[in-house]
Amino acid sequence: MTRATHPELGLSADRVIAISREKNEPQWMTDARLRSLELFFQKEMPDWGADLSGLDHQDIHYYIKPIDGQKHDWQDIPSDIKETFNALGIPQAEQRFLAGVGAQYESEMVYKKLKQQWVDQGVLFLDMNDALARHPELFKRYFGSVIPAHDNKFAALNGAVWSGGSFIYVPKGVRIDLPLQAYFRINAERMGQFERTLIIADEDSFVHYVEGCSAPLYRRNSLHSAVVELIALPGSHIRYTTIQNWSNNVYNLVTKRAIAHERATVEWIDGNFGSKVTMKYPCVVLKGERSRATIISIALAGKGQHQDAGGKVIHLAPHTQSHVVAKSISQQGGRSSYRGLLKIAKTADKARSRVQCDALLLDDYSRSDTYPTVDVVNPTADVGHEASVSKLSDAQLNYLMSRGLSQAQARSLMITGFIDAFVKELPMEYAVEINRLIAHEMEGSIG
Amino acid sequence: MILNLEHCSLLIGQKQLINDLSLSIAPGTVHALMGPNGSGKSSLAHAIMGVPGPIITQGTIRFNGIDSNDLPIHKRAQQGIFLVFQHPYEIPGVTVRTFLKEAYQARTGQHISVSDFSTMLYQAMDRLQMDRSYADRAVNDGFSGGEKKRLELLQAMVLKPELLLIDEIDSGLDVDALKLVAHALGQLRTELPQMAIIIITHYPRILEYIPVDAVHVLSEGTVHSYAGTAIITEIEQKGYALFSQDRS
Repeated sequence: MTRATHPELGLSADRVIAISREKNEPQWMTDARLRSLELFFQKEMPDWGADLSGLDHQDIHYYIKPIDGQKHDWQDIPSDIKETFNALGIPQAEQRFLAGVGAQYESEMVYKKLKQQWVDQGVLFLDMNDALARHPELFKRYFGSVIPAHDNKFAALNGAVWSGGSFIYVPKGVRIDLPLQAYFRINAERMGQFERTLIIADEDSFVHYVEGCSAPLYRRNSLHSAVVELIALPGSHIRYTTIQNWSNNVYNLVTKRAIAHERATVEWIDGNFGSKVTMKYPCVVLKGERSRATIISIALAGKGQHQDAGGKVIHLAPHTQSHVVAKSISQQGGRSSYRGLLKIAKTADKARSRVQCDALLLDDYSRSDTYPTVDVVNPTADVGHEASVSKLSDAQLNYLMSRGLSQAQARSLMITGFIDAFVKELPMEYAVEINRLIAHEMEGSIG
Repeated sequence: MILNLEHCSLLIGQKQLINDLSLSIAPGTVHALMGPNGSGKSSLAHAIMGVPGPIITQGTIRFNGIDSNDLPIHKRAQQGIFLVFQHPYEIPGVTVRTFLKEAYQARTGQHISVSDFSTMLYQAMDRLQMDRSYADRAVNDGFSGGEKKRLELLQAMVLKPELLLIDEIDSGLDVDALKLVAHALGQLRTELPQMAIIIITHYPRILEYIPVDAVHVLSEGTVHSYAGTAIITEIEQKGYALFSQDRS
């Protein structure tokens, strides 16, 4: 049994056809992949954001197939993969209350499980490749409907070489009260991970999806370029939580967008801790009347890292509401940028939006920038935008220390306080994990 | 003695603020430290607490007999010095409960469960007539001047210091707020009768609410110490010019 097939490097039409054949895909998908590849070659590298010059597309593995097939029982998962999950705290979480787990190990889902209760109610939670084979109509109707391949260079790349990812369909009126979870992990050097996630929440349903991402550190750069599409049908509610902790040589270039129909709610909870470069701006298109969007994000930029993150909301319909809270922390020369777009169209009467971005600098040689774009063409709009940059002040530290806390304790308490708005929105075990992660990231920074 | 200042000289920036100051504070006694603006009262309190800024160029600060000149601020706090700040800082997102629990553990060196700590915290709040909802508010965030000062005293109530330094607690408070703060201070004294207190104040107003054993007046780098409170009336009548060396 070999761990990997197709270890070849680089990108070509032959490679794309081979991936599609390997997965026994219908012709329309093979064609869609080839069109996407053309678009990828045509489009220029984006030059408006982070520095991507260290990325060499001919030096990246585009598809590695992991060990045989999908596993449904924890016992069947190979021990080295288990150790990874163990390190991430998955088994405990699974034992306690997991509704379903999908784990992307290298390029395909190797483990997934969904409580019988949800299966009986018609909930679908499966690997994208599986979904294409088993639910072709539903798949074809929504795939690429929110983020077409021509959207941007990396969406095109994903369209050409995507593999794995989660497909979720929640039927009308079904409310899944426990989060569905997936883990993605880059596990080979020069690996590209191109998962594709598609979530369809039918009318008046609710689903919370949580994804975690991590990778061990390799000598050479890796690439993660995912596409996530959410469709929130009338009255539904989707919450999507990401905890990204890629190793610090991963280029994390992800396109995430949701369409919210009438009265639907979409929430992006986005935590960026790892990677070398992240460019990610979760977006909600408020298409239906009275639909709502919430985007809460946190970015932690340490040495050699650039977190270029933010959020986009496009109000197209009347009485739509959005709330964006973005927090960033820069330390040890790290750089974080907030890049946001708020658009209120002519058709969006009485739209309301609040944007708040706060940056915290932990030393004098780290950097924070804010690039907000506000485009309001409807005079009835109610828009608020607040931005702040603060430094961890010595006076505050001394105040906390005057009550007996060490400098490290005082710093970590203040940072915990700064990101409180984000952590509050997480399921309990993630909140604990985040606090642990922050404490770990801070360890090296205490002078 | 809980605190001994032995021939201390204090430098702030380029300015020599205090020369050769000696002072002894016994447990359970209350001292007023007075003096005109800029006389170095707050700097002296900061130097005792270990807040960076004032530099001790000569002399020794002994707390419980131990030379604490080189001890960092948090070590002094752990040993039982508590400074009520004139301008307490806001710590957004950090609740009073979370912060004080960590501080309590640092002070006592022992772990305490959230529920045990909460019971203790609520008792202290009840004693100071503070609403329990303060436990889940962020430290000083959006607090009024009076609320901030009472939160300082609540912290002291929980951390049980042996020496309480109170820096201008009455500044910026109206009469009603001052009464609440004075009540809290009285409760704290009843709770901790062995705690020594140094009240730094520019105006004698606060001293009407708390019996004082001795008054120390800092003026032009020198301290003048008096037993009892008769000097306060004199200061009220004649001002700090009384202590000016070139008044004659």
